[in-house]
Amino acid sequence: MNAPDHQMAATPKIAMRDVKKAFAGKVVLDGINLTVAPGESLVIIGGSGTGKSVTLKCVLGLIKPDSGSVQVDGKEVTKLSGSDRDEMMAKFGMLFQGAALFDSLRVWQNVAFGLIQGRKMDADQAHEIAIKKLAQVGLDAKVGDLFPAELSGGMQKRVALARAIAANPEIIFFDEPTTGLDPIMADVINDLIVDCVKDLGATALSITHDMASARKIADHVAMIHEGRIIWYGKVSELDHSGNEYVDQFIHGRADGPITKAASFKHL
Amino acid sequence: MNNKTPLFTGSFLLDMCESVGHSIHKTLQNIGVLSIFIAKSITHVFTPPWYPRLILKQFIDIGYYSLPVVGMTAIFTGMVLALQSYTGFTRFNAESAIAGVVALSVTRELAPVLAGLMVAGRIGASIAAEIGTMRVTEQIDALTTLSVNPYKYLIVPRIIAGTVMLPVLVLIADVIGIYGGYIVSIFSLGFSEGSYLKQTWDILEVNDVVSGLVKASMFGFIVTIMGCYHGFNSGRGAQGVGAATTYAVVSASILILISNFILTKVFFS
Repeated sequence: MNAPDHQMAATPKIAMRDVKKAFAGKVVLDGINLTVAPGESLVIIGGSGTGKSVTLKCVLGLIKPDSGSVQVDGKEVTKLSGSDRDEMMAKFGMLFQGAALFDSLRVWQNVAFGLIQGRKMDADQAHEIAIKKLAQVGLDAKVGDLFPAELSGGMQKRVALARAIAANPEIIFFDEPTTGLDPIMADVINDLIVDCVKDLGATALSITHDMASARKIADHVAMIHEGRIIWYGKVSELDHSGNEYVDQFIHGRADGPITKAASFKHL
Repeated sequence: MNNKTPLFTGSFLLDMCESVGHSIHKTLQNIGVLSIFIAKSITHVFTPPWYPRLILKQFIDIGYYSLPVVGMTAIFTGMVLALQSYTGFTRFNAESAIAGVVALSVTRELAPVLAGLMVAGRIGASIAAEIGTMRVTEQIDALTTLSVNPYKYLIVPRIIAGTVMLPVLVLIADVIGIYGGYIVSIFSLGFSEGSYLKQTWDILEVNDVVSGLVKASMFGFIVTIMGCYHGFNSGRGAQGVGAATTYAVVSASILILISNFILTKVFFS
């Protein structure tokens, strides 16, 4: 793993060291080492069930790792509790795979949720911000009064994106942002992600298995396989990584070292 | 096929011990997880921030909308009770005891237990399904990332509403249940209005009603906490949510019956 030069100097925004996690005896993370510099966009690629989501949730504090350290801005996330933890959460924004919108609330209330409930902002002011954020993801103010169930999948993703950026987070997490969308809508979402992240000057950590998405939104790419980071590099180096696992994955080939190790054919 | 395996081999016994041990281990583990969940939930009930609007919404959901179900249960229970005790008591010329039997059975036992069971079906199931779906669709994780504690936002309003509203429901059920007995006695069994009410009034003590209300409060807590717990720990997908709903109703019902016995023992012996 070759770390980029610039992150030696500043404190990394996110630093994971030797993070391990097992569920019911099954090892999911087998010593993850990863750093993300401030303002950088790192995309983690890897097949299903390789530990991508768990990695993300460890940084978010939704899952507690068995061992190892996860630091955000130099502070250990795994040991935080109470108000320190809330403070840390305020730095984060997250776009969930299935959008995870609250279906009992209207669209604008979803976007303003973190502002009203988390930050105790006045509802009128939060409504104004929500409408602004909706406009930023290309949605009309009228959409704000609808319920999430009335929207298409692509629109739900946009609302979820608006919600993730509503509180101007320093770090945004994207969990498979383009899964379940048609290629055009996926590209629209990718563009919105790039714009929003740039606009906020935020650090972004994404997981995906959509290579078009990864190429578009990443500065750096890390490939995860069997709970370990097996390759890390700039997005421009992706095509000549010299790593046969990466090659197989980005070209989507059925035959290669990944499938050989997992021996899918014998299943 | 000559070497038949004997039924009780060493390995069979070992397997049996293992599976028994495994299920005991699993049960103890579940009790531990549930205890931590309950302790955490109760702590959050007493620490700010609270969400008054959500608590109010749950008051209406759990209290107001359960009224028809609980009312129906109570009136028919009271009516049946009068009919049945009449059949029995006429044999001993003890018809005058019917009013007392109805009043005491309804306030002490039937109103709280039956209301608890009905609410377990109505509210426990809906809580488990709603929170379970939120778990499965990552809405609970979304709450956390938006700096909102899911215990405070989802669980605390439901527990408070359950614990407070069930006694209110049961108080109403007491009145309706006694009224059901009254209707049957007056219109079908030929009692005089004045003496039936007087007998009811004479035999009822504050303790009878209060003990029922305390039970109701406990049952309200049981129903809501079991709904929240099973929803919160729901498995994946539609099947997971379905199972969570079943567990919520079954476990709440059984716990209501067990705790009813324990509370009765504590109150009246």
